[in-house]
Amino acid sequence: MDVLWDSTEPLTVRQVGLRLINRDLAHTTVMTVLDRLAKKGFARRQRDGRAWRYQAAANREAYVTELMLHALDQTGDRSAALASFASRVSDSEAEVLRRALESLGELPRD
Amino acid sequence: MFPPVFVLAAVAGGTALGAAALASARWPYRSPGAAIVLWQALGLSWGLAAVGALAALGAVPGQYGVAGGALSGAVRALRSAALSFGAPALIALARLAVLAASAALFALLCWVLVAASAAVLVARRRHRVLLSLLAHGDPKVPGALVVDHPVAAAYCVPGLRSAIVISAGTLDLLDAAELAAVLAHERAHLRARHDLVLLPFSALGRAFPRSRLVCQAYATVALLVEMLADDRALRQRPARELATALLRVGVSGAGRAPSGALAAVGTADAEMTARVARLLTPQARLPLHVQALVCCTAALIVAVPVTLLLHSF
Repeated sequence: MDVLWDSTEPLTVRQVGLRLINRDLAHTTVMTVLDRLAKKGFARRQRDGRAWRYQAAANREAYVTELMLHALDQTGDRSAALASFASRVSDSEAEVLRRALESLGELPRD
Repeated sequence: MFPPVFVLAAVAGGTALGAAALASARWPYRSPGAAIVLWQALGLSWGLAAVGALAALGAVPGQYGVAGGALSGAVRALRSAALSFGAPALIALARLAVLAASAALFALLCWVLVAASAAVLVARRRHRVLLSLLAHGDPKVPGALVVDHPVAAAYCVPGLRSAIVISAGTLDLLDAAELAAVLAHERAHLRARHDLVLLPFSALGRAFPRSRLVCQAYATVALLVEMLADDRALRQRPARELATALLRVGVSGAGRAPSGALAAVGTADAEMTARVARLLTPQARLPLHVQALVCCTAALIVAVPVTLLLHSF
């Protein structure tokens, strides 16, 4: 997936395999992985002669944002799918917490 | 002896009142584990009593308690509704109506539990796939996954293939000792499967989204589960590290929203304050015999509706 994200143009299976230099992967392995990514909607593919060309469906930042929004419980459902360490607090409460931190002799790192 | 319908209705009302009282009580902070057991008992007992009270209205007295009485009541009412006319037929129809309401409530409660579980599984699977594409390991947090995002976040994805996730923002914000405290807290969640404790309460929230009491119950149990994980983490790490980690992550979250969606969501000021206060000025746990009393109360609360449903007096 990193290879697809780093590329500006759609890539064939062979091109992806060549860019995965640090790993010695069989052509069919790369093909299977790309096929699976396409089926899950993470990659788009188009015919180019006899080969498929693959492209990332959305950029990496979009997925990171989705991940974080879900993690911070911002998707609207309190489904308890994940458990967050600390919850969001309001600005006034943050001021109270900041003072509590200072009273412990610690400097808030921002 | 009171007819079971009154006892069951009283139990349903009593558990709701008890839940409201428990939501505003402060002793649960001293022994979150015992309080969670009591919450579970209240929830289970309320469901059984509410379904049972409706069933008892339409039941005929019999050998096998309200459950058996409701079945024979339904059979008898069906027969007389089909065969008779006038008042007896109307009574039979009314009896069928309350029995149907009872069955519908039971089906609703079962359904929301199944639906909530399915929704959670789907959301987690998607989350895990995204993590496998985006996250990487980091020597600063052994055993956890790191996502490159500036906002401080730390959470766990419970399940058979569980994961602890730390954002790059958290890595920058916390020192090594605080990170270890966060990891200990999240590992406690995963090991004790706290997500399964919360699941029925989030399912109830689905069934009654407008009910203030149900929302309160969910929020309270969620807070108690966090305190339980805090306590567990304290066995390995000093309280101060966990408290400063909480404070830092809490402070950093406010006023630095990555999107407009964040501002719209209600905050949890009181919860964070309570957790920090608990860590910095710890109170003694409830004495063992008081905890035992709480657990016995919980058992009794569930035993009353179960006995009435299955046994006749």
